[in-house]
Amino acid sequence: MSPSRPFSHRLNQAVESFMVWVLRFGGWLSVLVSLGIVVTLVTESWPFFAQVPFHRLISDTMWTPLFADPQYGISALLAGTLVTTGVALLVAIPLGTVLAIYLSEFAPTRFREVVKPLLELLSAVPTVVYGYFALLTLTPLLQKIYPDLPQFSMLSAGLIMGIMIVPYVTSLGEDSMRSVPMLLREGAFALGDGKLGVALRVVFPGAFSGLAAAYVLAISRAVGETMIVAIAAGLQPRMTINPLESAATVTAFIVQVSLGDLPHGSIGYQSIFAAGAVLFLMTLGFNLAGHVLRRRFHRAA
Amino acid sequence: MSCDGGFIVLPEHFFQRQKKQAHQRRAIDRWFQRIGFLLTLMTLGILGILLLNLAGNGLMRIDWQFLTSFPSRRAGEAGVLSAWVGTLLLMMVTAGVAIPFGVAAGIYLEEYAPKNKWTDFVEINIANLAGVPSILYGLMALGLFVYQFRFGQSVLSGGLALACLVLPIVIVATRESLRTIPANIREAAFALGATRWQAVWHHLLPYSTGGIATGVILAMSRAIGESAPLITIGALTFIAFLPPAPVLSHPPFVSFEWLFSPFTALPIQMFNWVSRPGEDFQPNAAAAGLILMLITLSMNGAAILLRKRAQRNIKW
Amino acid sequence: MNPQSSSSATSEITGGVIQSSPKVRIEKLSFFYGTHQVLKSVSMDIPALQVTALIGPSGCGKTTLLRCLNRMHDLYPGNRYEGSVHVQPDGMDILGPGMDPIQVRMRFGMVFQKPNPFPKSIYENVAYGLRLQGMNKRRDLDERVEKALREAAIWDEVKDRLHQMAHNLSGGQQQRLCIARAIATDPDVVLFDEPTSALDPIATSKIEELIVELKKRVTVLIVTHNLQQAGRISDMTAFMYLGELVEFGSTNQLFTNPSKPQTEDYISGRFG
Repeated sequence: MSPSRPFSHRLNQAVESFMVWVLRFGGWLSVLVSLGIVVTLVTESWPFFAQVPFHRLISDTMWTPLFADPQYGISALLAGTLVTTGVALLVAIPLGTVLAIYLSEFAPTRFREVVKPLLELLSAVPTVVYGYFALLTLTPLLQKIYPDLPQFSMLSAGLIMGIMIVPYVTSLGEDSMRSVPMLLREGAFALGDGKLGVALRVVFPGAFSGLAAAYVLAISRAVGETMIVAIAAGLQPRMTINPLESAATVTAFIVQVSLGDLPHGSIGYQSIFAAGAVLFLMTLGFNLAGHVLRRRFHRAA
Repeated sequence: MSCDGGFIVLPEHFFQRQKKQAHQRRAIDRWFQRIGFLLTLMTLGILGILLLNLAGNGLMRIDWQFLTSFPSRRAGEAGVLSAWVGTLLLMMVTAGVAIPFGVAAGIYLEEYAPKNKWTDFVEINIANLAGVPSILYGLMALGLFVYQFRFGQSVLSGGLALACLVLPIVIVATRESLRTIPANIREAAFALGATRWQAVWHHLLPYSTGGIATGVILAMSRAIGESAPLITIGALTFIAFLPPAPVLSHPPFVSFEWLFSPFTALPIQMFNWVSRPGEDFQPNAAAAGLILMLITLSMNGAAILLRKRAQRNIKW
Repeated sequence: MNPQSSSSATSEITGGVIQSSPKVRIEKLSFFYGTHQVLKSVSMDIPALQVTALIGPSGCGKTTLLRCLNRMHDLYPGNRYEGSVHVQPDGMDILGPGMDPIQVRMRFGMVFQKPNPFPKSIYENVAYGLRLQGMNKRRDLDERVEKALREAAIWDEVKDRLHQMAHNLSGGQQQRLCIARAIATDPDVVLFDEPTSALDPIATSKIEELIVELKKRVTVLIVTHNLQQAGRISDMTAFMYLGELVEFGSTNQLFTNPSKPQTEDYISGRFG
C-alpha cells in the first residue's frame, strides 16, 4: 500500500468525470444533428413558405419557382416521387417478400448464411452507379421493347430503385419470419400442411408487424432516393403519373438547383429548403411508423 | 361407411383424397423451392451484371493517365486525379469526426445512460436519423456549415456532412458489439474496483473492436459512395487543381488550408460524366464507377468477413 | 401371466368393447438423431379406442416415439427412422419408402406441450385443418367447427366470440382450442405430448375429463411425466427408459404389480 494511493485514486476520479463528460457529449451529438437538420430546414425555408400563398402550393400545376412567372405546384414534384416510388415498390415488395419466405422457410441454413450478406451488398452499391446502369444500360434495353420510351423515364429509374431496395425488404422480412417460434409451425405441419402453406398461413401473419416495418422502411428509402432518379428519371418537373415519361422528383429538383449558382437567400436557395422540408416530413412519418411497427413486433414476439 | 364392433371403417376414397392433397402440397413446395432458388440467383446476379457492365465499358479506360489527370473537356484526356484526392481528403475529415464521436456516443448510450424516457427519445432519434435521406444532410450542411459557420463550400463542410450521415451507423455498431459482452465480464471488472471508464477502456472496448471495426468500415464505405449531400453543398464537378497538401516540407509541417478548399469527389465526377449528352464520356463514367464499385465492394466484403470472424472467435 | 406386449390385445377387455386388432402396430422402431440412437428397437401395439400412456424419466425417448408416428422429425435435418409402423385398418406403413409425411399427418392429430394456437381467430384455428382437407363451404365448416369445439368442452365459452383472436384466451382454454383443432378433421389417432404440463390444476382436470370422453371415438396416445395422470386416465401404459420399451401392459396391472424391477423403481419414485 503506497502512500500515493489517495492521489492516484483522485486522478482516476478526475479521468472518470472527464470521460463521462466527453461521452455524454457524444451521446447527445445525435440529438444535435437532428436538431441541426430541423432548425436549418425550418429557418431556410421559412421565407419561401412565408411569401408563397399556401393555396398555390396545391392549385398550381407546375413547379417553376425560379422562373419569371413562378408556379408553385409542388404536387408536380410529389407526382414524380410517387410514381418512381410506386414502380420501385412494385418490384421490391413482391420480389423481396418471396425471397424472404424462401430464405426463411425453404433454403438450407448454409445457403442462407452465404446469400444474406451478398444480398446486402446490393444495397451497398453507390447510387450513382445504379443511376449509370439505369440510364445507359436499362433504358436502351427497355427501348428495344417499347421504342417510344424517352431517354429519361420514371420506369427505368423506378425499376433500378426497386432492385436497390430489395435487400431492405428481404433482410428485415426474413429476420421477422425466422423469429416466429417453431412450435407454431409444428401445429400447422401436424395438421398436414406443406411448407408454403405454413409459410403463408401461419408464419406470414405471425411476422406481420415486422414485415410491415420492412415495407414502410423500404418506402422511406425510395422516397428519399436522389441520384438514381436525378440521373435516369429526368430533372424537369412534370405533373404526370405515367411512368413512361420523364419527371423530376422532390430530391431530383434539389440536385438540379444545387448544380447551378446558389447565392445564399436567393429564391432558388429557399426553394430547395422548402422541398427539403417537405421531404423530411414525408420520411419522418414513414420512419416513425416503421419504428413503432418494429417495436410492436418485438414486444409480441 | 360401416360400423364394425366399435370401429368405423373409412372408405377407400377418403384416403385417396388425402393422398391427392398431400401430393399437391408437395408439388407446390417443390415448385416454390425452385422458383425461390432461381430468383435468389437472379437477384444476386444483378450485382455481377453491374460489375461486368462497368468493366466492359470502362476497364480499358483505366490507366495511369486516367488516374493522374484532371478532368478535361476532351474525354480522352479527362481523369480522376482531383476526384480521388478529394475523396481521400473528405474521408479523413469524415473518419476523424464520425469515428471518435460515434464510438463515444455508443459507449455512453450503452454503458452510462440511465434507462429513462430521454434515452428512449435518443434511441428513436438515432433510428430516425438512419432513415433520413442523404440529401437532407447536404441541405443541413449547406445552411449550417457552409453559410452559418462560414466554412464555405469546402472539404470541411463536405466531410462534416458525411460524418453526420454515417454517425448513426457507427453508434449502432458500437452499441451492438458492446451489448454482446456478457454481464459477468462487466461485473468482474467492477468487483476489482475499476471505475466505469476503466472498465470500458480496459475490458469492454478491447473485446468489441471487431464489431466496431465492422461498423466503421461499413460507415466509410457508405460515405465514399455518397454524392447527393456533396452536390448540395456545392462540390464542383470541374476542378482542375488539387487542394493544398496537408503536409508541408517546411515548418510547421502541417497545414489545414486544405480543409477550406473547394473540392470534388469520385462519385461526383462520375455523376458529371454520366450527365453529359453524347457517348464520349461514357467510358470515363464507367471507369470511375468501376473504381467506386471495387472500393465499396471490397470494403463491404472485408466488413462481412470481419464480422464472421469476430463471431466465430469470441465464444463466451 | 403378465402380458408385456399387446400382440394379444384380443385378450384385453376394456370398457366392454372387444378390439379385434391394434390401431397402431409398432415393430422394431429405432430412431437416430445424427449418429446418436434415441430409440432402440421399440415394438408395441397400441389398441384402438383406448388411452395409452407413455411414461418414463426425462430423455427416455417417449416424446421422440410420439413424434415418429406423425413424422414430425422429418421437419428437421439429420434424422433417420428404422423399423415399421402400421396403422389399421388399411395397414398404411407410416415409415415406408415413398410414404408422404403430409398424408401421414392428416391421419393423426397432435396436441403439444405448450398451447400453440395460430395467430388467427378461434374459428379459423379450428377450421384450418378442415380447409386443408378441402372443405370450404361455409355451412359445412360451421357445423364441423361447432362439433369440434363441443367435443373439446369449450363451445359454451367461445360461442359468442368465435371470430376473436385465439391468443386472447387463457392458457387452459387455448389448449382446449388446440384439442378442438386437432380433432376437427376426425383423425384416427390423437397424439398428446404432455398436454397439461404448462397448465394449472383446474385446467388440467378439465382436459383429463375431455380425453377420457374422446377415447370413445378416437385412439389416444399420451406422453406424460405425471404418473398420477397416467394412472387416472389411461387404459394401457408403456414404460420407457433410455430409448427402450421396458414394460407395456394395462395400467392397473403396471401400477399395482409391475413385472420389471425398473418399472417398479420408477413408479415408486426411486428415480425419475
